[in-house]
Amino acid sequence: MLSTRGINHTIRDERIILPSTTPPRKEASLSLRDTPLRAKARHRLKLKVQEFFIEKFLFLNGLASIIIIALIFVFLFRTGIKAFIEIKPLQFIGTHIVDFSGQEVFAYIWQPVGEQGKYSLIPLVLGSLLVAIPATIIATILGLGTGVYLAEIASRRVRELIKPAVELLAGIPTIIIGFLCLSSLGTIIQNLFHTTFRLNAFVGALGVSLVIIPVIATITEDTIRAIPDDLREAAYALGATKWETTWRVLIPAGISGITAAILLGMGRAIGETMIVLMATGNAAIVTLNIFSSVRTMTATIAGELGAVAQGSAQYYALFLVGATIFTFTFFLNLVSEIIVNRMRAKLKL
Amino acid sequence: MKKNRKLAGVIFENICRFFTIISLIAVVLILGSLFLKGKGLITWEFLTTEPLDGMTKGGIFPAIFGTICVTVLMIIFALPLGVASAIYLVEYAGTGFLARTIRAAVNNLAGVPSIVFGLFGVGFFILFVGRNIDKVLQTGLLFGQPAMLWAAATLGVLVLPVVIVSTEEALRAVPLSHREAAYALGATKFQVVSRVVLPQSLSGILTGAILSVSRGAGETAPILFTGCAYFLPRLPVVTIPYLNIPMINPLDQFMELSYHLFIMATQSIDAQATRPIQYGTAFILITLTFILNLSAISLRIYFRRRHKR
Repeated sequence: MLSTRGINHTIRDERIILPSTTPPRKEASLSLRDTPLRAKARHRLKLKVQEFFIEKFLFLNGLASIIIIALIFVFLFRTGIKAFIEIKPLQFIGTHIVDFSGQEVFAYIWQPVGEQGKYSLIPLVLGSLLVAIPATIIATILGLGTGVYLAEIASRRVRELIKPAVELLAGIPTIIIGFLCLSSLGTIIQNLFHTTFRLNAFVGALGVSLVIIPVIATITEDTIRAIPDDLREAAYALGATKWETTWRVLIPAGISGITAAILLGMGRAIGETMIVLMATGNAAIVTLNIFSSVRTMTATIAGELGAVAQGSAQYYALFLVGATIFTFTFFLNLVSEIIVNRMRAKLKL
Repeated sequence: MKKNRKLAGVIFENICRFFTIISLIAVVLILGSLFLKGKGLITWEFLTTEPLDGMTKGGIFPAIFGTICVTVLMIIFALPLGVASAIYLVEYAGTGFLARTIRAAVNNLAGVPSIVFGLFGVGFFILFVGRNIDKVLQTGLLFGQPAMLWAAATLGVLVLPVVIVSTEEALRAVPLSHREAAYALGATKFQVVSRVVLPQSLSGILTGAILSVSRGAGETAPILFTGCAYFLPRLPVVTIPYLNIPMINPLDQFMELSYHLFIMATQSIDAQATRPIQYGTAFILITLTFILNLSAISLRIYFRRRHKR
C-alpha cells in the first residue's frame, strides 16, 4: 500500500516541526512576546517567505528551456547573419566561373577553401533532401507497419517483447550506425546495385531511416492506441473485419498523429549528422541521382568547422548553414507539435 | 466476397508483421555484427591501456575514462535544472499560456539537431561565456577554449528535454489524493512536493537520468568542437594543491569513445589496420549504452507495474 506511506510521512514530519519551534511552556508564561501563538505565527510567516522564494526559484528553472531555445536562436543567427557582410548574397546561390572551354558559366559550387571561396548552398540543401526524403519514405513504410502491428495485431506478450527491441534501436548511438554503414553496408549496396561510389546518398538514407523508424513506430502506436474503443466497437458492429477497421477507421482517425510522426522523423533526418558524415561520401555535387555521393548541410558543418579560423567568411557561412538547418527543423517540429495538440483536443485526451 | 475480405485481412496483417520483422532484423544485424567482430578483441588489456603505435595497437582506456568524466559532469549540469523545471511545470505552472509555451520549448529543444548544439556550444559556451570569464578573471586564454566543461555543458543542454519529460511523467504518476491528503494536514506546497511527491517519483527520475546518460554518452556531433581531442598523452586529471587529491580537470580536453571511433574510422592513415580496434571501440560503446538503456527500460516497467496495483 503506497498511499498510507506517503501520508504517514507527512504526519510524522508535521509533528516534528511544530513542537521544535514552540518554546517551552515555562518561558511562555513569563514573557508576553514568546507566547506559543506568536511563535506559531512567526513560523507560518517564515514558511510563507520560504515558499515564495522556492516558487520563484523553480519558475526560473522552468524558464530554462525557453531561454536556451532563444539563446540558440540568437547565437546562430547573430553569427550567421555576418556571412551576408562578408559574402555577396548572390554567392549563396551560385558563382560565375570560367569553365574548361573558356566560357563563363553560372555554377553551383560549395568550395570555401581557395583563392576565392564559393559558397553556393544549393548542393548542400539538395544533398540534405536527397538523404532525408528517401530515409523518411523508407522509415514511414517500416515504422507505420511496425506501429500498426504493435497497436492492433500483436498479442500483449509479443508486444511487450518487441516494443523494448524497437526502443533499443532508438538507443543505438548514431555513430555506430554510421560506422557500420561505412564499414559494411556501403560494400553490400555497391555489390547489389553496382554503384559507382561505394558511399552514396542511398547508403546514408538507409542508415538514417534506422534512426527514425522507432520515432514513427512509437508515435503511430501511441496514436492508434489512444483512439477510443467506441470507434472500434462501432466498426465491428457494422460487420467490418479487423483490417477494415484499422484501415478505414483507425488510421483516418489517427492520421494527424501519424502525419506529426512523419514530420518529426523528417526533422530528425535533416538534422542527422554522424551517419551522413560517414556514409554519404561527402562530395558537394548538384545531383538528383540517389546513388551519387552527396554532402549534406550537417556533414558540411561537422567536417569543416574544426579547421576554420574563427571570424573568417567560411566561419560565418557555416553558422548560416547551421541557422538554415535550425529553421528547417524548428518549423517541422512546430507544425507537428501543433498537429498533435489539435488531435489531443479533438480526442479529449 | 467474404473470402476476399478475409484474405485481404490476412495479407494486411502479414505485411505489417513483415515490416516489424525487418525492423527487428536491423536491430539484430547491428548487434550481431558488432558482437561477432568485437567480442574477441575485448581483453582486460584493451580496456585498461592507452593507444599505442599510431592507434593501431593498445587499448582505449583514456576514451572510456573521458566518456565517464564528461557524462558525470553533464548529469551534474542537467539533472538539477531538469528536475526543478519539471517540478515547476507539473506542480506550479498549471495549464496556462506560460506552461504551454514551456512545453512547446521543451519539445522543440528535443528536436534540435545535435550539430546545431555543437555550433551553439562553440558560439555561446566557448566564445561568449568562456571568453568573458577570461576577461573578467584576467586569466588569459583558460576558459575560452574547447574543454571538458563546455562539452559537458553542451551535452547537458542536449539531454535537458529527456530529463524534463521523464521527471514530468514520474511526478504525474503520483496520485492526486496523496497531495490532497498532505494539504489537508496543513502542509505547504513545497512540503507536499519535497516530502510526498518527490520520494514517490524518485525511481522515475532515476530512469530519466539513466536514459539521458546513455543518450549523452552516444552523441558525437555536439562535442566535435567543444572539447574532444584526437589523442591525449595524459588523462584529464588534476591534483588539488595542498590536499593531494586527484580530481577531474574540467578545463582540459579529453578523449571520448564515440569520437575515438569516428576519428579512427574516417581519419586514421590506415583505416584497415585499425579496423579491429574500431570494432572493439564500437562494441564497448554499444555495450555501455545498452546496459544503461536496458536498466532504464526495466526500471520503468517495474515502476509502472507497481503503480498500476
